[in-house]
Amino acid sequence: MKERKTIPMAVRYLMNIILVAAFLTALNLLVVNKTLSTYNAKVLMLVGVNVILAVSLNVATGYLGQLPLGHAGFMAVGAYASAIFTKNFDGRLPDEVNFVLGLVLAAVLAFGVGVLIGIPALRLQGDYLAILTLGFGEIIRITLNNIDNVLGFKLTYGAAGLKNIPKYTSVLNAFVWVAVCCYVIHTMMKSRHGRAILAIRENEIAADSCGIQTTYYKVLGFAVSAAFAGVAGGLYAGYLGVLNPGNFGFMKSIEILVMVVLGGMGSMLGSVLSATVLTVLPEALRSFSEYRMVVYALALVLMMIFKPSGLLGQYDFSLSRLVEKLINGELFQKKSKTEKEGE
Amino acid sequence: MSFQDKLYPAPTNSFLKQEDLDKRPILDVRNLGIDFGGLTAVDSLDLMVGRTEITGLIGPNGAGKTTVFNMLTNVYTPTRGSILVDGVSTAGKKTYQVNKMGIARTFQNIRLFKDLTVLDNVLIGMHNDMSYHLVNSVLRLPGYWKQEREARQKALELLGIFHMQDMAQLQAGSLPYGAQRRLEIVRALASKPKLLLLDEPAAGMNPSETAELMDTIAYIRDTFHIAILLIEHDMNLVMGVCEGIAVLSFGRIIAKGTPDEIRSNPQVIEAYLGKQEG
Amino acid sequence: MSNFFSQLINGLQLGSIYALVALGYSMVYGIILLLNFAHGDIIMIGAYTSWIVMAKMGLPPVAAIFATVIVCTLLGVFIEKVAYTPLRSAPRISLLITAIGISYFLEYGAQLIWGASAQVIPSYYNVAPISIGGVKISFTAILTIAVSVVSMIALALLVQKTKVGKAMRAVSEDTGAAQLMGINVNATISFTFAIGSALAGIGSVLYCCQYAQATPTMGSMLGLKAFVAAVLGGIGSIPGAMVGGFAIGIAECFVSAIGLSVWKDAVVFAILIVVLLVKPAGLLGRQLQEKV
Repeated sequence: MKERKTIPMAVRYLMNIILVAAFLTALNLLVVNKTLSTYNAKVLMLVGVNVILAVSLNVATGYLGQLPLGHAGFMAVGAYASAIFTKNFDGRLPDEVNFVLGLVLAAVLAFGVGVLIGIPALRLQGDYLAILTLGFGEIIRITLNNIDNVLGFKLTYGAAGLKNIPKYTSVLNAFVWVAVCCYVIHTMMKSRHGRAILAIRENEIAADSCGIQTTYYKVLGFAVSAAFAGVAGGLYAGYLGVLNPGNFGFMKSIEILVMVVLGGMGSMLGSVLSATVLTVLPEALRSFSEYRMVVYALALVLMMIFKPSGLLGQYDFSLSRLVEKLINGELFQKKSKTEKEGE
Repeated sequence: MSFQDKLYPAPTNSFLKQEDLDKRPILDVRNLGIDFGGLTAVDSLDLMVGRTEITGLIGPNGAGKTTVFNMLTNVYTPTRGSILVDGVSTAGKKTYQVNKMGIARTFQNIRLFKDLTVLDNVLIGMHNDMSYHLVNSVLRLPGYWKQEREARQKALELLGIFHMQDMAQLQAGSLPYGAQRRLEIVRALASKPKLLLLDEPAAGMNPSETAELMDTIAYIRDTFHIAILLIEHDMNLVMGVCEGIAVLSFGRIIAKGTPDEIRSNPQVIEAYLGKQEG
Repeated sequence: MSNFFSQLINGLQLGSIYALVALGYSMVYGIILLLNFAHGDIIMIGAYTSWIVMAKMGLPPVAAIFATVIVCTLLGVFIEKVAYTPLRSAPRISLLITAIGISYFLEYGAQLIWGASAQVIPSYYNVAPISIGGVKISFTAILTIAVSVVSMIALALLVQKTKVGKAMRAVSEDTGAAQLMGINVNATISFTFAIGSALAGIGSVLYCCQYAQATPTMGSMLGLKAFVAAVLGGIGSIPGAMVGGFAIGIAECFVSAIGLSVWKDAVVFAILIVVLLVKPAGLLGRQLQEKV
């Protein structure tokens, strides 16, 4: 067998860093030079938020193999945590510091809530876990709706909505967080911890017999998923400036799940692409707003009937792999058997 | 040990080989039993396995053989009795802790991580061989690189022993049946067990594959110096490779002994073929 | 005391509707392991059918009732044939997403055709409330409870005593084996959808007797609660769906009665969570264990 040329690890990382930096710079230039209208910039921020939501839910569904239906609940926890924090420290802390601290708080709180819900919920499987997380998500929403009139705080302002949240989110920082989220999840998955999570998806009993503490890793995967949903919530709060518990209902959770499934469960690139398309498409179809949701629903059903594994299945893009193929002159050859199945 | 000795008399027939006699057995099972509802699936099971012994557990379908494996790995919690692995009780331990104590197993209906690569399957078996923290993997600190590199190397060596290094990047589910069974054994060995449990390793294999498997089983014991307990229906394999055999029927051990003793035991023949009339 | 009694009646009335809808979820789940998210929206279509027949076409209520039940039944079977049958061997998550897609389609389709605002459904009948021991009970409450109980008994008899009921039980136990025994699996599954949807149609009429309006999203929360009821009682179990439905209806009414109506949905979900954690298969469900 001919020795295959490979790229050293350091170069791989450098390549990916350059790619991400170039992408962020280009994005920033578009915004700074006003090539993008304010409206389009807003759509892009929403794309960033939804990409983080989809990529984070993909950890729990695609990698861990569970079916949580309460992702919007974690998003709500993060959104309210960061909104209340940044609102209170607005002017007292530098904007950047306030923004980042708010998001970190969002992630930590959502992680904590993820652990609290995950420990009981992950004892159940399949549809029961789905309905249980759905229940928890709804309880979070109803609690946020009613917390003020019960405890007498002026925190969430219930159904009236939390207003005047500092609007820190920009296209650039939204996508920086997208990059951070993808990086952390990628590195976690490509380690013994990530392999343990995948093993649970593949066969829980076998994973257990291989010495993997399945409960721990299930809760870990679930809570990491929740933490990044919290970050997305924080970005969403800083993008919208107004929060209402109604934004985080059960339908929002479903919307995120649809993004993940359409992209292909277990594929990070799939989640990114489908979150982007499913955010931009309804906006682009706004002039046909009456029909767009009907079309969207039909597309969903047709997609499931004709390509149930989603857009990309479990395939994941790797720049290094592409370059390696290029330098080995394999790019235009027929794909090998395993890679075909990966798609 | 001494406490256990007072509770139960030592099993009369153990399979300790001459060289293992003065050493503690790797597996010491006393009076093991389990009830499902009102049904007693396994009862009064005594079994001792020496440190480098190959033991067979045979019996008709439904005798409770796999249930014994499930109890040994605490997938099912036994109703009665004790299990000592290298002198330490497994009572109250979780399945993953039993694996850390030194028992690894394969499954009757193959349970590979089908969508992952062959290499990943072995690396998952080595999960507890690595110790780096989550922070290490996210920040890609030196500890991560070092342990991952070493683990990868060991995994490939292990695959090499079973002539599977070329398959490392293939999807486990896409392997031919025999290779899947072998991979399950490799994955079990990757967790460095002291006792390997094989649940019907030759099921679905043709005679030449079975012959190869017999060599492999003996080879594993000789190379890794571990004990092997196997469930099997293929009598050629059991008689050919096992040093001691226990026969299970209706949840009870009806005979123990060397292959020759088992072959001529009337009770065993009755259990398999039924009582001869007239 | 009389307040307690009237709340109990309210709870039983609401619970009856939940139970009827829950049965549809439960039966479908029992037979093809699908959480049929579109089930609640069938009720919505039923409500619009009543509205069209009575308000638009000016036909008598009896016609509306028949039309509603028939339309719901046909719609249920139609959805099964068009959307679920092609996915019989697909992963279950695909089936679930399809059900969600159908649910969206029905809701937004209804909104497109009939608008987002509520349409008022004319009353089916006009009977004065009945007074028992100083407590006034509406005729609707009595009718709802009576019709539900009769429907459930009929369903139980159908499943336990008839040939087609036996086929349904066989398919839900083991589809492959049922097929080998010569049972027409496709027909049995369609029949299950038909029965479940017919019950949803009856539920729809009863619901509209109490809350006389149709909106595109009326089915989603009703469906969700009914689904919770099915899981609570033990999904796949007919008595379980009834017990779950009544439990949730009564819990909701009592929580509202003590002035916590904004928390009633949270209480429903909290009950569900507690029950599932204590008894993972629901109150009357069967626990299935994976064979190792």
